[in-house]
Amino acid sequence: MSSQKAPSIAVRGVGKSYSGVTVLHDIDLDIAPGEVHGLVGENGAGKSTLLKILGGAIKADAGTLSFDGDQVTVGSPRDAIAHGISLISQEGALVPALSVLDNVFLARWSHRGGLVSARTDRKRLAELMETTGFTVDPDARVDGLPIGVQQQVEILRSLARGARVIAMDEPTAVLAEHEKENLLGLIRKLAAGGTTIILVSHFLEEVLSVADRITVLRDGALIRTGNASETSPRELVGHMVGREIDVLYPDPQPVPDGAPVMLAARGLKRGLVNGVDLQVRSGEILGIAGLVGSGRTETLRLLFGADRPVEGVVEVDGVELAKHTPRAAMAAGVAMVPESRKEQGLVMVRSVAENVALSSLSGRRAGPFVKRPAEKTAVGDISKSVDIRAANPEAAIETLSGGNQQKALFAKWLLREPKVLLIDEPTRGVDVAAKTQIHHLITGLAADGLAVVCVSSEIEELLALSHRVLVLRHGEPAGEFPRGTSPEVVIAAAFGSHEGEPS
Amino acid sequence: MSVDTTPQTAAAPAPSAGTNMSRLAFRMRDYGIVAALVIIVIALSISTDTFLTSGNLVNLLDQTAVIGLLATGATICIISGVFDLTASATLALSAIIGVQVGRVTDVYVGMLAAVVAGALLGFVTGTVVVRSGVNSFVGTLATSMVYRGLAVMVTGGAIVYPLTASAEDFGMLTWPSLFGLTSATIMFVVVVAILGLVVARTTFGRRLYAVGGNAEAARLSGIRVGSIHVTAFMISGVCSALAGLILASRAGSAQSTMATGTELTAIAAAVVGGTSILGGEGAVWRAIVGALLLTLIGNGFNLLGWDTIYQQVLQGLLILFAVTMDRWLRKRTR
Repeated sequence: MSSQKAPSIAVRGVGKSYSGVTVLHDIDLDIAPGEVHGLVGENGAGKSTLLKILGGAIKADAGTLSFDGDQVTVGSPRDAIAHGISLISQEGALVPALSVLDNVFLARWSHRGGLVSARTDRKRLAELMETTGFTVDPDARVDGLPIGVQQQVEILRSLARGARVIAMDEPTAVLAEHEKENLLGLIRKLAAGGTTIILVSHFLEEVLSVADRITVLRDGALIRTGNASETSPRELVGHMVGREIDVLYPDPQPVPDGAPVMLAARGLKRGLVNGVDLQVRSGEILGIAGLVGSGRTETLRLLFGADRPVEGVVEVDGVELAKHTPRAAMAAGVAMVPESRKEQGLVMVRSVAENVALSSLSGRRAGPFVKRPAEKTAVGDISKSVDIRAANPEAAIETLSGGNQQKALFAKWLLREPKVLLIDEPTRGVDVAAKTQIHHLITGLAADGLAVVCVSSEIEELLALSHRVLVLRHGEPAGEFPRGTSPEVVIAAAFGSHEGEPS
Repeated sequence: MSVDTTPQTAAAPAPSAGTNMSRLAFRMRDYGIVAALVIIVIALSISTDTFLTSGNLVNLLDQTAVIGLLATGATICIISGVFDLTASATLALSAIIGVQVGRVTDVYVGMLAAVVAGALLGFVTGTVVVRSGVNSFVGTLATSMVYRGLAVMVTGGAIVYPLTASAEDFGMLTWPSLFGLTSATIMFVVVVAILGLVVARTTFGRRLYAVGGNAEAARLSGIRVGSIHVTAFMISGVCSALAGLILASRAGSAQSTMATGTELTAIAAAVVGGTSILGGEGAVWRAIVGALLLTLIGNGFNLLGWDTIYQQVLQGLLILFAVTMDRWLRKRTR
């Protein structure tokens, strides 16, 4: 890694606004060399913006940034790299069609006489992997790798560029429990080696466990910076929302005796998924747990017909689905809130109203035409009941916060009045307040008689919301646990009996 | 906000300088192109005596009809996330089919045949693109070569004419009609109005935007993405056939080299009008504004007696300007 020492960073009076709307206001912040600094706040508090300014991805409108007392201009990623700053954003910045090796040394390939020297790079990569404890196939194409591994490639790249400051935006959001632990371990190790880490995360326990100091942002302003060792999650949440709130999960209503089986699947097989059986009754919430790559998401997609199972049967309300397509599943009363809002759930350039109306258009038409008054009423009512906060339903949905987008996604499916609701990662990238709302929404829907299947990487969330938790390992069922099981037991099952996680 | 029943009025935040600014940028992006059109119209009205004559305006709209129809087809395809580079080849082939069928039956059946041929060719193009999974740009480029080749085969490379007895009827689209406008103009206005309504007000239109904005989200919302694309190509095919009929009616003949390259002008007009080439955004009226703007520039050069050598340069610059403005305003409003 770089022989250079990490600089001490001083931010003074930094501000940023987009078309007149202030997203960051007069931020003063000092970050010491080798410090792990956490940035927390609700969605829209400005933490990602601040991180991107530090990482050189965007330019501040006002204020200064200095390293070791020298004022620097970081207006472009190129400048930032030159100053030893590396930004690992939520979206990822890998070139999908290139190999791991090419990505790690992107635009920094070793060369001899004008020719790229892959052998030198291979050696450097092997060294980096030894330092970090990652094991990645250097020749694998990046787009074929799971998200967690792609992130490791990004970290390797930061280190290959000799980054002295690494800024990470929600690095653990896409990771399974054991991968999170590895990452947090690595962060500690890098910091001990003198690298400064700036970390944005929604997971307060995580930030508290790894950060030296934590800065809380609210509505674009810096509320406070304090030592992590003297702070509790509750305090942080209090600062984030400006009031103390309970991060309590609602309890699901008990499933009524004799509630009919609403969704059943037998012997589902495709790719990773190898023989999954499940049954969910009306009013029941079934959680599916497992590591990344355990086939959780894949199972959900097979149930919905998003992918066609090679083998297996899906029955809704006692009737077998004739075809495995989203249309057939929807006609039978199944709905799916997919894993990624941006890629699979919403049409980001279209309005909130159009998105919410999209899956139930046929229900409100007069001949070929959309019944606009009926649509306005339907969208308005459902938006109110799930509490979508949009100034204007005609605004593009991409202008909404993550939490409101997620609520819109639920609204879109609820307009179909489904019997079965499949939910993949109900609260990923959603702020604390919206998270609680979504939890209440899910338990409320189950209480109304929906059969719910929920996949989540957040084991606490899954255990709190579900009546039962099905654990998948390598695409096969690895146990089923009733409500009240401790997270440790479930995680141990997800890993396999011999390698239960110590935590 | 959950207690508010009229979110449009009451729930809107008090307008600050900031929101006014962004609203202005928003409006600019939406209607800037209309302002540009109005400015050019005013400038030409003032600087020439001939622009605001009914003769010139009739002529102008007649000229806009062909590119306007093609731009409408292009816009509908682009909204759904595909490009149709077969437009001009479909135009030629269906016009030729129209003339040939007209020779053995009568002119009206021939014209109907041309429209049906346009729809069928669109169906084939769409099916090829959807089934092969090839990028539409490449897929339709190849298909357009096939169509153009077929047009040469059918005609043997020669110009085809309607029978002498029906030559006058064949020119019907050039005849004056309502308000002294040509029949071609009337047809253009009617077709575009219908398609505008289809895109803006029907469930098909909604699905068209959704497919273009995010095909996977659309599929997972139960939309048949493939059939939406095929339908978009069919609409584009019909637009091409109608444009072909206008050109053939004007020339009194059809040939395999008709309108070569106009598919790109049509895409340019769509883009100048403000339809995003990324898909999911745009409107039929924008295609018309774009087509009018490009036609107006040609018209202005004629009226002002400027050297037409510069016309292409100006049109090229205009396209660049439109796209740059769109990108710039998009960045600011995000």
